[in-house]
Amino acid sequence: MLISPRRLREAGVVGMNERNINLIAERNPRHLYPLVDDKLRTKLLAAKHGLATPKLLVALRQQHDLQNLSAHLEPHDGFAIKPSKGSGGKGILVIAARREEYFIKANGQELAIDEIRRHVSNILSGLFSLGGTPDAAIVEQLIVPDAAFRDLSVEGVPDIRVIVYRGFPLMAMMRLSTRESDGKANLHQGAIGLGLTISDGRPVNAIQHNVCVQEHPDSGADLMSVRIENWINLLEIAARSADVTGLGYLGADIVVDRHHGPLLLELNARPGLAIQLANKIGLAPRVRAIDDLSPRRFRESPEARVARAVSMFE
Amino acid sequence: MSPSAQTRKFSLFALVGLLLILGLGQSIHRHLVYDVPWVPGTEKLIWSIEASVQFFARGEPVTVNLRRPSDQDGFSVLDENGASPGYGLSLIGLADQPTAQWTVREANGQQTLYYRAEVLQRDSGGFESEPPPTIRSTSWEEPYATVVEAVLDQAVSLSADPFSLTRQLVSQFRTNDRGQNEQMLLDVVGDENLTDLLADMLQSRNIPAATVYGLLLEDGRRRQQLKPLLRVWSDNKSKVFPLGLESGEENLPLLLWQPTQGYVLEVTGGSRSDLRFSMILSENTNYGQVAGSLGDGSDLLGFSIHSLPIAEQAMFKTILLLPIGALVVCILRILVGLRTSGTFMPVLIALAFIETSLMTGLVGFLLVVAVGLMIRSYMSHLNLLLVARISAVIITVIAIIAVFSVFSHRVGLTEGLKITFFPMIILSWTVERMSILWEEEGWREVAIQGSGSLLTAVAAYLAMTSLWVRHLSFNFIGLQFVVLALIMMLGSYTGYRLLELRRFKPFIDQGH
Repeated sequence: MLISPRRLREAGVVGMNERNINLIAERNPRHLYPLVDDKLRTKLLAAKHGLATPKLLVALRQQHDLQNLSAHLEPHDGFAIKPSKGSGGKGILVIAARREEYFIKANGQELAIDEIRRHVSNILSGLFSLGGTPDAAIVEQLIVPDAAFRDLSVEGVPDIRVIVYRGFPLMAMMRLSTRESDGKANLHQGAIGLGLTISDGRPVNAIQHNVCVQEHPDSGADLMSVRIENWINLLEIAARSADVTGLGYLGADIVVDRHHGPLLLELNARPGLAIQLANKIGLAPRVRAIDDLSPRRFRESPEARVARAVSMFE
Repeated sequence: MSPSAQTRKFSLFALVGLLLILGLGQSIHRHLVYDVPWVPGTEKLIWSIEASVQFFARGEPVTVNLRRPSDQDGFSVLDENGASPGYGLSLIGLADQPTAQWTVREANGQQTLYYRAEVLQRDSGGFESEPPPTIRSTSWEEPYATVVEAVLDQAVSLSADPFSLTRQLVSQFRTNDRGQNEQMLLDVVGDENLTDLLADMLQSRNIPAATVYGLLLEDGRRRQQLKPLLRVWSDNKSKVFPLGLESGEENLPLLLWQPTQGYVLEVTGGSRSDLRFSMILSENTNYGQVAGSLGDGSDLLGFSIHSLPIAEQAMFKTILLLPIGALVVCILRILVGLRTSGTFMPVLIALAFIETSLMTGLVGFLLVVAVGLMIRSYMSHLNLLLVARISAVIITVIAIIAVFSVFSHRVGLTEGLKITFFPMIILSWTVERMSILWEEEGWREVAIQGSGSLLTAVAAYLAMTSLWVRHLSFNFIGLQFVVLALIMMLGSYTGYRLLELRRFKPFIDQGH
């Protein structure tokens, strides 16, 4: 069973070909990609422009940095170690707690410092990076998810993906990991996509494997009752990240930390199209609406652009 | 759409239009002026004939001279080449006879040399025959001289010219009603030398005659030998008399391998030589005819691959198919939305399929990738760095291919040897990518991309082996521009992919 292309066009759905040509190739100059493909660069750039990100505890660039690893980690109870150029959640090690000299992973497994050192060494030698190029390892402060999200995500922190088009937030969805997705927030691996309104971040629709769902399959939590604090603040982070990077079609991944509020996790220059399914709305009408704005609207502050988007996309 | 995007679109369409006009114009010009047909001719038969020379070398310098066929009544030779590791091969004319000559400084033990020819079978007519051999006198001892004279006198009295004389002689020696004299002569020379005997007898009456050698062509035959034939010249004409054909063989096409007197195979520095032939009727079509009429086209619009030497033409035949494969990939990825492992890997696999035949290729590919994945999954525990890992996979793939080749050779499956046609580096990357995909995304994604790749490869194979496509791509260079234009048009297609119509199905119940 297929949907007719005319019907899909009417629904304003953007397909892969259109995204690649009219959104990515048209709006994202190639030379800006490294800004977002390297998490450490993104982080430093964000810090320079005052965007909130999870606190960087230490960045390790060379194998001899490993000698001081235990000293660096000593003061911290929980942290996440990430490859700077990793993708799809590869090589991310989350330490939730400490017990004596051991580090406890999110799933309860105990690791000695040597095992952590070896993991970092693998990251540095490029085991998880695209093309196997040497990489840097980032050690970030552990994100403590908002209490409201406890039952929504298994083994992972739910993040919110906001599509930003020419500086305006266009569409948003929350990605909830499931047991099936193995704690990862990738929709095609079985994570849930929960579409959120731009106006107030309320859920509109949820999908898993392209099928609508109402509850989290593991915890049974009601997905439609999700509420997100500081929604406008979150959209502003997304809108400002477009200014910072210069990318015209951007996916901003934002987490809500219990103590620090919305934090920018990473940016994506080629955000996918499943967000349309999660929201059951096509991107095309919104892209057109933004393109139709008068040129001076694009020069307004991020706060003003967010306010305009909120009023446009009710 | 921004203004810059509009100008870009306009210049793209202008370029596409220009390419279309250029390509179609050149093709139509070629069709009209050079009379190249749009569809491949079907009645043209091309035989691929392989001669294998085997002998035992004694550790001395070796020279092997093998007579090779030349254009003749009913056949023309399109292409020839040889395979013989370690030997120097030259296609030369020795004493006015086309010869394949292999030479090597030193060889030991059993040797096998191959010579291949592509021969076009066509309508007979208008071919000058070889000059008659010089008459040499043959004398027989008594009492055989008298017997020969008696047999010849009888035949001459019953015939009018050299050809009818020969027919009469042949009938006198026919098995069923052989006379006493004939039997006596045969007992002396031996049944297998009947042709030589008849040639000598005719020569003694000053009729140019010789034992020549021909090959009966039958599709798919192997380990065939040349048939000795009696050829008789008279005035400017000559006739070939096949002797001792078995029933059913009379109607087979007969290619003269050695059309005149002389040796077929001459081995210096070796012994126990043997010559065997295998042949297939290939599906290629009128490449020879077109090659003949286009080879001398020299003006710019008549620009033609056919002006290149045969070996380069054969190479271009494959190269010119690559754009077709690329077009298939574009269609399947942009219009259908198939996911493949490696963008153009399917085209290279399809090229290998052309060499191996489809079924053998599919089975071989699946075997190598499956075994490769198993070994690679063990390797992933070792946490090797990328370059070392790929290198290890390459060696593994070579080992797998070697093991399969040896195994299939042992059990007598010659098809299995074709596995070596696969591009090993490409296979290694496929194994590597599939393995990473398996670890990161699970077996489902491997199945999706794997079957997408194979589907694309099969589609590309079918497109590239289509007689019509081959004919067009090789004979109409201009169509390459058309393919380029199509690909550029596909590259600016912003519509939905076929599979997206399924992906976005949830939008179906949305009222509008």
